[in-house]
Amino acid sequence: MSTHSTYDMLRHIADSWGLLAMLAIFLVLVTWPFRPGHRAKNHAAATLIFKDENDG
Amino acid sequence: MVSVLARAGVWLVVLFLAVMASALAADGGFAAHMGIVALAAFVALWFSLRGADYDGIARGALRFPDQGRYDDDPIRWGVIATVFWGMAGFLAGVFIAAQLAWPWLNLEPWFNFGRVRPLHTSAVIFAFGGNALIATSYYVVQRTCRARLAFPALARFVFWGYQLFIVLAATGYLLGISEGKEYAEPEWYVDWWLTIVWVSYLAVFVGTIVKRSEPHIYVANWFYLAFIVTVAMLHVVNNLDMPVSLLGAKSYPLFGGVQGALVQWWYGHNAVGFFLTAGFLAMMYYFVPKQAERPIYSYRLSIIHFWSLIFLYIWAGPHHLHYTALPDWAQTLGMVFSIMLWMPSWGGMINGLMTLNGAWDKVRTDPIIRMMVMALAFYGMSTFEGPMMSIKSVNSLSHYTDWTIGHVHSGALGWNGMITFGAIYYLVPRLWGRSRLYSLRMVNWHFWLATLGIVFYAASMWVSGITQGLMWREYGADGYLVNSFADSVAAVHPMFIMRAFGGLLYLVGAAIMTVNVWATILGRLRREAPLRDAAHDAARDRPLPAPAA
Repeated sequence: MSTHSTYDMLRHIADSWGLLAMLAIFLVLVTWPFRPGHRAKNHAAATLIFKDENDG
Repeated sequence: MVSVLARAGVWLVVLFLAVMASALAADGGFAAHMGIVALAAFVALWFSLRGADYDGIARGALRFPDQGRYDDDPIRWGVIATVFWGMAGFLAGVFIAAQLAWPWLNLEPWFNFGRVRPLHTSAVIFAFGGNALIATSYYVVQRTCRARLAFPALARFVFWGYQLFIVLAATGYLLGISEGKEYAEPEWYVDWWLTIVWVSYLAVFVGTIVKRSEPHIYVANWFYLAFIVTVAMLHVVNNLDMPVSLLGAKSYPLFGGVQGALVQWWYGHNAVGFFLTAGFLAMMYYFVPKQAERPIYSYRLSIIHFWSLIFLYIWAGPHHLHYTALPDWAQTLGMVFSIMLWMPSWGGMINGLMTLNGAWDKVRTDPIIRMMVMALAFYGMSTFEGPMMSIKSVNSLSHYTDWTIGHVHSGALGWNGMITFGAIYYLVPRLWGRSRLYSLRMVNWHFWLATLGIVFYAASMWVSGITQGLMWREYGADGYLVNSFADSVAAVHPMFIMRAFGGLLYLVGAAIMTVNVWATILGRLRREAPLRDAAHDAARDRPLPAPAA
């Protein structure tokens, strides 16, 4: 494959399926902490730094 | 015994090779650098042999570190190194600001602006910021994983190896050794050394996460890990260079022309995005909640913040190359992703600030919290200004002017500096087992000097930048440019003096911090009036008299 057609192929993947795949992965990762029943886990995660008050 | 011998043997070989390379060097700069490497290898050899526990080895009793205690020694060194390099970097900054205002300060050849300027940027970003990141990441990863640092010897190697990188980079600039790529100036052999140190850093960090006893990995560690992994990738790709000689300093990059420029600014902008943003956000997500004694406002928002930064930042680099030979679509892509970055950045700022919800009085009563709040305010301000400046039409005015310098410094002095100072003030009494800092009033002085310094800096650079932008683009009726470049230099001269004054205020604030940290480490406590007293007027503190009949 010539350099230009490699460039052309990559460029078309990047602005079609590549972009879509990236968007899908992003949406899954961002909505992950919002799935049902996750409120308590988020609270536990946010307060884990206070479990041991005499850190250091 | 075998391991002591093996380690000493490695340092001996390095020492021998460095002396040979110094003797056979193709240029004077490389010879000087190999001399520094030889000296470092000698010191490492000395400590490998002197530091070994021969009694224990003879008795067959190997010392294992107590897994029930955190490994804080490299963190203490890191805090001291942060303060030291901070002072060096700020001093270099004030010096080059003064050089711009009074050009006779350019002392040829070693201390002219062109050589001291990369010394300043590397000292503040990589030496001050880098040491702060290494030290705080070692602290935070241990506390949040509830596990002792993995690979203790490697963790120490990372600290000292990083200091050697800084010394090689800094001396190289003054000797005239530079690749000439912004924030990536060190030459090929220094790049190779940093790669070894950085991979070791990754091993220590990931190793500690793997042996954690806390099931959840706290969000600050996500940011630290993103910072370490991405910086490794950026550093390697942007430094694919071919040395002219294996015994000489000079090398040439693999990528040339516009490809080289794009790789450089992909690196350069993500050095801002992952070194100066993700890494310092990790500090924010641990130290702000700890100092405020309240959990982060929204843990969900912190995860959205994280993934949005990761997915968006990496594409923003082309905004440094507007109106250049870079294809138009790539410029627009860089601009669009930069503008999209505004939202997650402000999400993160709001998350940090709202952590104080219900405890806003701490801004009044606790100067350390005030410093952190100011850091977040500057994070918000510079992450608004940045996307705005990435818009092509704004960029056509702002690019190549002092506006860019002002923008960088409101982020660096305001966000990176202030959050680091807050973290240092948090860490020092805890790491050295002191009941409190030497002086809280000195923190207050530091806060106001630094804030005022940034105001002088940013305001003067806005005026100077817009003046330059307007003067450079002004055409007369005859179609010729109205102003020469020297006209615009003369016009902004007062602004250069104001900028140097702002930098001086910032430096004085940091000097006060140095005294404060030093005295705290020595265990001294300053006898001082508290910042606030209980407001009480005994004369008026009585019931209303009975009404006259």
